Amino acid sequence: MSKQIKVSLIGNPNTGKTSVFNLLTGLNQQVGNYPGITVEKKEGICKLSRGVKAHILDLPGTYSLNASSLDENVVIELLLNKNDKDFPDVAVVVSDVENLKRNLLLFTQIKDLHIPTILVINMADRMERKGISIDVEALEKLLHTKIVLVSARKNQGIPELKELISSYASLSKTPCVDALTFAPDYFESLQKAFPNHSLYKLWLVITQDVNFRKFDKRGIEETPDFKLKSESQLKRMQQQETIKRYKFINETLTKTVTVDQRAATGMRERLDRILTHRFWGYFIFFTILLLIFQAIYDWSSYPMDMIDEAFVWISESLKGILPAGPFMDLITEGIIPGLGGIVIFIPQIAFLFLFISILEESGYMSRVVFLMDRVMRRFGLSGKSVVPLVSGTACAIPAVMATRNIENWKERLITILVVPFTTCSARLPVYLIIISLIIPDKKVGWILSYQSIALMILYFIGFGAAVATAWLLNKSLKIKSKTYFVIEMPGYKVPMFKNVAINVIEKTKAFIFGAGKIILAISIILWVLASFGPNDKFDNAEELVKAEYPNLSEQELDRKITSTKLEYSFIGYAGKAIEPVVAPLGYDWKIGIGIISSFAAREVFVGTLATIYSVGNDDEETIKNRMAAELNPVTGGRLFNLATGVSLLLFYAFAMQCMSTIAIVKRETNGWKWPLIQLSFMTAIAYLAALLAYQLLQ
Amino acid sequence: MKITIADLKRGEKAKIKDITSDVIPLKLLEMGCLPGNEVQIVQTAPFQCPMYLNINGSHLAIRKETAAQIEVQILHP
Repeated sequence: MSKQIKVSLIGNPNTGKTSVFNLLTGLNQQVGNYPGITVEKKEGICKLSRGVKAHILDLPGTYSLNASSLDENVVIELLLNKNDKDFPDVAVVVSDVENLKRNLLLFTQIKDLHIPTILVINMADRMERKGISIDVEALEKLLHTKIVLVSARKNQGIPELKELISSYASLSKTPCVDALTFAPDYFESLQKAFPNHSLYKLWLVITQDVNFRKFDKRGIEETPDFKLKSESQLKRMQQQETIKRYKFINETLTKTVTVDQRAATGMRERLDRILTHRFWGYFIFFTILLLIFQAIYDWSSYPMDMIDEAFVWISESLKGILPAGPFMDLITEGIIPGLGGIVIFIPQIAFLFLFISILEESGYMSRVVFLMDRVMRRFGLSGKSVVPLVSGTACAIPAVMATRNIENWKERLITILVVPFTTCSARLPVYLIIISLIIPDKKVGWILSYQSIALMILYFIGFGAAVATAWLLNKSLKIKSKTYFVIEMPGYKVPMFKNVAINVIEKTKAFIFGAGKIILAISIILWVLASFGPNDKFDNAEELVKAEYPNLSEQELDRKITSTKLEYSFIGYAGKAIEPVVAPLGYDWKIGIGIISSFAAREVFVGTLATIYSVGNDDEETIKNRMAAELNPVTGGRLFNLATGVSLLLFYAFAMQCMSTIAIVKRETNGWKWPLIQLSFMTAIAYLAALLAYQLLQ
Repeated sequence: MKITIADLKRGEKAKIKDITSDVIPLKLLEMGCLPGNEVQIVQTAPFQCPMYLNINGSHLAIRKETAAQIEVQILHP
């Protein structure tokens, strides 16, 4: 394999760094995790002009090398460790032409580490409209770097960037500003004590609370002729350093960049006046939410019906092709219905990710944070909790990770603990099938249907549970932590199709394959457990039934035999064992099995029922029809009536039922304490709510 | 009496005085909240919190309690 040039993409949030990454790598990228932590690691391969390849690493967005979150730690840990396998040959700093001043702060810090650096000035297509002109050559000289003007939107400047990357060896390694001059005695003695390290690197090691392997703070603390300063002194020095850097940046930009104020269009001001308005801002936000839920429910129903029918068709045609026997049964009654139960939700999950990524890409999400902060604080949350709570409607796992930019630990912990109440996409399969069984398919007025209103109520219940629990936790948790809140309000942008598309595809794929594996395994296990029994009552089901009910018609007899078999199978015995626990909630033992198997992941519930109900059932029917046909063994009425349905909906609204979320909460809170507390209170609330609902509605 | 960003009304402009307190988060400085810079209130949420600021072209939102730490001098148009 030929040598690859190692490139790190670095930049502030909202500079279009990911767009540049997408343009360089196309779909040739993969998303993973940094070892041991949950920070998303995006890397890809880019072909350069002369047959040379570059390995591109998209580092988490950061405002500076002074890390204040786990994501930002990743950036400095990499840049300070020359032995890391990803240590860059060249750093590409992405900046936004309209925020050049602020973006250059990070650039000057990276230059101080003596890493060859290229400066990308992105969104260059806006320059004319904004009246900005840059003397690129002069700026290159002052910053000791090479500059590329890029427009990710118009796909301009990428060949030039590739060209610069391939000739990285000729880039300057000289810093552009000497920021550590405000305390000469201190820094001189520091440099003297460690002559082999660059001063800025030493300074970062002192001020940052990160693990630098081998070379950590203690190494400096143990040196006798060098004293560490107090935290407050260090902070003042960091402030001075920042002021110094900005002074240099201001001087540099005054010489090289001119902005014609008359050209400013004020589009942003006009949009902000409405979107952050005290009344209209909230009105628009809730209207957008309403539209999203309606779209998820309505638009995706067409492809979903098609998928459902397609799976029935596949199952039926395989029955014709494959030789009869246990293998065919396993495939047509175990695996295919199980998989069908998850594939059917691709349209909805994709729509959800589509809307969330549009809201984030456009810059609107920050306005929501602004609008909601005050309200959320009443409940012990932060405005920034809105992003996790909204993305929690897709999946709790990225949502828990998205809490990282909440600065206050108490607010962050509460957000983590309540996020799993929001209606995630894994609940949709359960909700949709039960809603379609118990709520009539009629419209109210022109657009809204009863079913989509029911779904929306469930979303509100989830959100309400999150907020109410947050309020309780805020009152009862005694945690003191420093509080501050800063959020950038980026300019509005039309979302780029490519970014949104890649995001939707990646996230949907991860969801389907992640859930698919569990579901496949569980449906095979379930099928085996349902197709064999521990004693001969299972094998002799036919005789037993015939003896007990000699006068039944052929069809009724068949059904009776099937259900008797299931009853005496392994799964039947297991279900019977837990029936006393779930019976007060209105569930029979089959639903009980569904609940147990869906402890791994909620969506398994539908797959499980699909598998259980299709075992021995040869009728050509969809999952929904099979469920509708189930009868309650006690009352003789429909099993999925209003009382049981509502009880199930509430159970799934509140219960944790997701192993992946437990795992991620354990990682983000550093221990088992919080995930276990969370699991217990969620399960308790779920059980009580389901119990109450069933007993009242029955 | 000290005048801080928290005392400003929507649309008002002011100049940031020396930043001396170590209570002010470093991140705020890094995002452009520096002495000598001009600050304008773009929008305030109900109850004046949080406050949406434009500091020399940097747009950010902070809570009122943080805003009350930053001393300013009001600029009259």
